[in-house]
Amino acid sequence: MRPILDIQALYKSFGDAEVLKNINLKVGEGEMVFLIGPSGSGKSTLLRCCNRLEEPTSGAIWMDNTNLLAGDTDINRMRQRIGMVFQGFNLYPHMTAEQNVMLALRRVQGKSEAEAREIARRELDRMGLAERFGHYPSQLSGGQQQRVAIARSLALGPRVMLMDEPTSALDPELVGGVLEAMREMKAAGMTMLVVSHEMRFAREAADRVAFMQAGEIVEYGTPAELLAREGGRARAFLGGEH
Amino acid sequence: MDLSRLIEVYFNAGVAWTYLPDLLHGAWVTVSLSVLVIAAGLVLGLAMALLRLVLPRWGVEVMRLWVDCLRAVPPLAVILLLYFGLPSVGLSISAFWVIWITLTLILSAFAEEIFWAGLEAIPAGQWEAARSTGMTQRQTLADVVLPQAFKICVPQLTNRTIGITKNTALGTAIGMPELLNEAQTALSFSGNATPLIMAAIGYLIIFLPLMALAGYLERSMSWGKTA
Amino acid sequence: MNALIEQFFNLEVMAQAFPFLLKGLGVTILLTLLLTPLGLALGLALALGSSARHRGLRRAVRIWVNGFRGLPPLVLIIIVYSALPFLGLRTPPLMAVVIALWLNSSAYYCEILRAGLGSVPAGQMEAARATGLGRAQALRDVVLPQAVRNVLPDLASNTIELVKGTSLASIIGVSELLHMASNARSVVYNASPITLAALMYLAFLLPSVRLTGWLERRRRGA
Ligand SMILES: Nc1ncnc2c1ncn2[C@@H]1O[C@H](COP(=O)(O)OP(=O)(O)OP(=O)(O)O)[C@@H](O)[C@H]1O
Ligand SMILES: [Mg+2]
Repeated sequence: MRPILDIQALYKSFGDAEVLKNINLKVGEGEMVFLIGPSGSGKSTLLRCCNRLEEPTSGAIWMDNTNLLAGDTDINRMRQRIGMVFQGFNLYPHMTAEQNVMLALRRVQGKSEAEAREIARRELDRMGLAERFGHYPSQLSGGQQQRVAIARSLALGPRVMLMDEPTSALDPELVGGVLEAMREMKAAGMTMLVVSHEMRFAREAADRVAFMQAGEIVEYGTPAELLAREGGRARAFLGGEH
Repeated sequence: MDLSRLIEVYFNAGVAWTYLPDLLHGAWVTVSLSVLVIAAGLVLGLAMALLRLVLPRWGVEVMRLWVDCLRAVPPLAVILLLYFGLPSVGLSISAFWVIWITLTLILSAFAEEIFWAGLEAIPAGQWEAARSTGMTQRQTLADVVLPQAFKICVPQLTNRTIGITKNTALGTAIGMPELLNEAQTALSFSGNATPLIMAAIGYLIIFLPLMALAGYLERSMSWGKTA
Repeated sequence: MNALIEQFFNLEVMAQAFPFLLKGLGVTILLTLLLTPLGLALGLALALGSSARHRGLRRAVRIWVNGFRGLPPLVLIIIVYSALPFLGLRTPPLMAVVIALWLNSSAYYCEILRAGLGSVPAGQMEAARATGLGRAQALRDVVLPQAVRNVLPDLASNTIELVKGTSLASIIGVSELLHMASNARSVVYNASPITLAALMYLAFLLPSVRLTGWLERRRRGA
């Protein structure tokens, strides 16, 4: 399988603290890869390096024959092909759901108002939010807000989605809707790199799982492989019910 | 003392009629000076707050000192300093522009502080969300961060703006013919207090609607929350 | 450049003017010490008035407060100083300034304290009353301390405005700091005394402005 995202020898330090050490990871087309591991192990940092919200110290991240970390890479152009979903949604509170989705379509992709609106409505509709176009974030539940945020990313037509704990700020009864949306994205062929503590969902839906510890990927494989590995730390993690 | 005497001295129609043109002229000066101060002060203040986003650490410290000094010094002291000091070094500026420069600088200092607090109050996640969709820093600022920051700023900003704009009345100290000055002149010519009462009413007519507008702006930006 | 220093930072002139300015500073401090408690007290009374049960009283207080907030303080000073005498009420300059700035500053203190009182949850008053405290006691011991803490930066900032406002007294000849400086300037034809006065204001008010900023940041952090 041809990798969409190819992370090679990636290092990242904050001052003296080395937070990512020699990360190598390939994410194939249509794959859903989970990053799991203890708190502080560097999962979020790795994800944020993949669209350069964090600047890595060294290494390479290849996507479509472009090294995202090269000095001459137009990162704003590449970011349209790399969607990101945040734990806290980060919707724009002063814009309606529809306007949230339309903003980058208009400003970054230069689409006309009408075209942007059509795309926004289509994506929100796909997320089950057809009734909510005109609602402000403050008028939506957490689960609805996160689905607006997903629609905002998908609308730009990304090749890969980065998701950092997309359900952990949600009340338990709202988690299902967002996981369902992720399942549908995968079924539609979207490539996804996901940090999550939803282990049941990881076991069932992930193609590969990377287990991180202290800034390194220490175990990597399909959920079944990791679960079968005697004495592996990932096994205890992945087998857990949280 | 009886009512007719009160009316005679403070609400004298004849005096009012005689000096109305002068007072209207003064009001016009006050309003136009105010508009110029508000426009320049707010623009300069915003520009300084934005500059602070990219300034190195020592630059920020210099700017903070400048801003805090302008917030600490009485406007009248600056006005007198510029008005009486500058001509001796070969710079003659009319009273109107001395007031304008002083109040613009002072308003910009207060505005910078308020805008900056507003910018700081926007969570980093807002920047990150916009940047992750490929928007540039400038686009993020214009479309995502500033609209939210403005909302936070409005109450303080309008209060300060109105408070500082009222200092246009200080023009009278250096003989600039604004509303208060015209009223004082009229008072000494007529020997009657009516012009001063008219000036007070004039100021209320100018500033009370501004205060009401401030309250309205505050209420009108609630973005779906019932305010 | 030399002309600039000669005109604005003439040390000799400053040294000459310093004793006079010091006297003026005394008056400025006196005005501040007088007006701050007066302003706070009337401001609090007005703030309580604006939440009174009696509707007419509430209205009257709002009109009073907005009226005095809508007028430039200098206009108030001039009215008290030169319009009241027409009634046969001679107001000496110092008294005119105190009255005018009192009316002005209390209106602003009122708005601040009103916001402070509004920021204390109604449950606090109810809880205090439920333990048997009277309304006045509950207000003094429970509600007011919290209200003041919540608006402390604004009270501080308004007090700075009040101190700066005392400089307006110079216009009607009260011999406070700026007036002394202004007089000295007209005698020596040099702006340095005013520079010195500005520096003396800064010596007191710059630390206060910094303190206010710190209080403000602390409130935002909380
Ligand atoms: N901006 C930063 N400055 C300094 N250190 C940071 C910064 N961001 C993260 N770190 C540190 O880097 C390490 C990895 O953090 P990261 O957020 O990537 O962990 P994580 O695996 O996502 O943890 P969690 O499960 O708690 O979200 C932590 O030790 C953290 O303290
Ligand atoms: Mg994390």
